[in-house]
Amino acid sequence: MSSAMIDLILQATLDTLYMVAVSGLISTLVGLPLGVMLYVTRPRQILAKPVLNQVLSIITNVGRSIPFIILMVAIIPFTRMLVGTSIGINAASVPLTIAAIPFVARLVEAALNEISPGLIEAAQAMGATPWQIIRKVLIPEARGGIMTGLTITVVTLVSYSAMAGAVGGGGLGDLGIRYGYNRFNPTIMLITVVILVIMVQGFQSLGDYLVRKSDRK
Amino acid sequence: MIELSNVSKTYFSNNKGNGAHAIHALKDASLNVPKGTIHGVIGLSGAGKSTLIRCVNLLERPTSGSVTVDGQEMTRLSNAALNRARHRIGMIFQHFNLLTTRTVFDNVALPLELMGQKRHTVRDRVIPLLEMVGLADKANQYPAQLSGGQKQRVAIARALASKPQVLLCDEATSALDPQTTSSILELLRDINHQLGITILLITHEMEVVKSICHRVSLISDGELVEDSEVGDFFTAPRTQLGREFLNDFLQLTPPKELIERLLDAPSEHTHPVVRLTFSGDAVSTPLISRLARECEVDVSILQAKVESIQERTLGLMIAELLGTPTQTQQAMHYLESHQLQVEVLGHVQRND
Repeated sequence: MSSAMIDLILQATLDTLYMVAVSGLISTLVGLPLGVMLYVTRPRQILAKPVLNQVLSIITNVGRSIPFIILMVAIIPFTRMLVGTSIGINAASVPLTIAAIPFVARLVEAALNEISPGLIEAAQAMGATPWQIIRKVLIPEARGGIMTGLTITVVTLVSYSAMAGAVGGGGLGDLGIRYGYNRFNPTIMLITVVILVIMVQGFQSLGDYLVRKSDRK
Repeated sequence: MIELSNVSKTYFSNNKGNGAHAIHALKDASLNVPKGTIHGVIGLSGAGKSTLIRCVNLLERPTSGSVTVDGQEMTRLSNAALNRARHRIGMIFQHFNLLTTRTVFDNVALPLELMGQKRHTVRDRVIPLLEMVGLADKANQYPAQLSGGQKQRVAIARALASKPQVLLCDEATSALDPQTTSSILELLRDINHQLGITILLITHEMEVVKSICHRVSLISDGELVEDSEVGDFFTAPRTQLGREFLNDFLQLTPPKELIERLLDAPSEHTHPVVRLTFSGDAVSTPLISRLARECEVDVSILQAKVESIQERTLGLMIAELLGTPTQTQQAMHYLESHQLQVEVLGHVQRND
């Protein structure tokens, strides 16, 4: 294999990591608070706001139901407004982030669901404010579950970023399509797949390690 | 210290089709717990005990009525003031409710953190508390590494961290085995003695009431139906439910064969079967032999038991009184005049 080819593979790997990192980070920053909001605004919860809860829930569901490939195309004007272009890794990061936010939010909500209501009650009995309950009880107690959710998100983002490559997003998916598929180069195809597998394996192991560390049950 | 007046709590559940359906969890409940006492509320599950205790610190907001703790009317406080008031009310739970991701030390420190106390003040408070509950050596362990009794001790230390005036115990020993239960009860009694903390506890176990409570209320179907000194409650419950609790606890029910033979009404060839409850001086008087001498009836004891309830002694007996109807009638009067409680369970056919 030529050194140019190796450079290409290396660059594509870095591009994929970049897209996953950017979208993973931003979607966590937005999805985590959204997930907490989805949980605490439920009826009978510490900040019960049933109407707001319904609105958030519907928005989240809409975000979750749009197929990624369609979302990517549909928000091109928005992407262009945000990063000035609709191709390349920065452009691909926008739909990846948008798709991941509701995903993260639901996984965070599910993690919070696992907390025994008794813990919230105990904190309330101690005179904790809703914000204190979120910070001192909900987030720490759900940490293991949230870590599991974020691991799932990152792994999903790896495969979605490959899909983004199909429409000019760059990264390993792009490489696989252009060199492996369009130019009938099975070696390249195989290498991209192997790198993706290794990447997913790595993220999963890291995630599992972090979950183990935060779980005290 | 704790005063509930005419507290009611009604839940509305929306049944599809037939509109809102009201559940009256608490009906017009009034209760007064003086400073420094241990008050028990006993009742069957679903009787409204949990709702009652949760109304004290407003984990449940009463539909009507008022709740006053330490002179502060809880029901009128703003959210911020309510949180401050809750710092002076500790609470422990059946399932401990410790944070799994915090060490024993950090669990006990939590209420102090919530109050915004400095790190070293927290330390100075937590260590003595852990020593008091006997878990100083477990400070850095996690709740998952502890036994049920140890977890409840941590929960007690946590509840006391903010130096509360009042401790609420929600079935605090129901998830523990009998031995652990008595050690936890002993700890609660010490806390009450040494710190003068007023304790309100709810339970379904007579044992808990018997061993630590000063006063007890009986709750049934959302209503407080009885409120008495523990000694009185165990010697002379005023309600049918109270008697059932007591008989269950003392396991003093007539043998099955006897129940089958019991007739409701007396006739010429029957004699009465009675349950005698005696307390105080009556326990130490040889009443049965006097009964035989003075009223000329024979007494056949079917079951008997003597229990000590705090400083009092309680005797219970199920007996057949053998004699003519006039004699047995006289015998019952004699017993009643000596401060015994006589309850006629029924009548059995004479064998002679």
